Amino acid sequence: MRYLTDRKRAVGKGAAGTGTEHHWFMTVTAVGLAFLVPAFLFVFGRALGQGHEEVLAIFSRPFPAILTGLTLVVGMRHFAKGAQMMIEDYAHGTARKVGIIAAIMLSYAVMASGLYALVKIAL
Amino acid sequence: MADVKRVERPLSPHLQIYRPQMTSFTSILTRITGNALIVGVVLAVWWLLAAATGPEYFAVANAVATSWFGDLIFAASVLGVWYHYLAGLRHLYFDAGHGLEIETAERLGWACIIGSVVLTVITIILV
Repeated sequence: MRYLTDRKRAVGKGAAGTGTEHHWFMTVTAVGLAFLVPAFLFVFGRALGQGHEEVLAIFSRPFPAILTGLTLVVGMRHFAKGAQMMIEDYAHGTARKVGIIAAIMLSYAVMASGLYALVKIAL
Repeated sequence: MADVKRVERPLSPHLQIYRPQMTSFTSILTRITGNALIVGVVLAVWWLLAAATGPEYFAVANAVATSWFGDLIFAASVLGVWYHYLAGLRHLYFDAGHGLEIETAERLGWACIIGSVVLTVITIILV
């Protein structure tokens, strides 16, 4: 027998086993992305289709580089947590765990690749 | 307790029961667009990585990114990102406790769909 009341055991536990941090994280990153994404679409859309030299020139400037880096980091964290929500809704047991780990790994791999590219272009 | 008696409990109505509605459709579309965007992001990051690597590799990635296939992916991604964008703003509005009346929620759903198409056309013209 555990000397805990039912309420004490329930506090801070939503359906995911934790509290509202996940939801709040999505809210914060969503607001951040609301500012980042339109600017990023403009910068990236302008760069796409140009020659190699022009692309390097664009992404070696501070604003496009920092904007792209921020969009990637915030966007990929937002993606990983969003994908986790989807996986938790449809998959169970081992498939759920493997799926969530794969989504998080993919998000960090994309993030690291993009940041590496930005750093290499900048240097 | 080896023989646990199974009780036939009523299940809450789910997708198979409800007829498709504006609110459920726009909600599911938010999830689909958000997760599908990873395809466009991977293509974009690959293109950027190729640009950082060198001219020969950039030529390969750029040929893919600017082919009809790349155009299709990026055009779909622009539509997806704008839909997800507007649906996300609607989500924040819902979270704050507004717009939850059925009529308003359905109107906001149409706003997301029509708005995303309009913003996509503007984006493609602008960039």
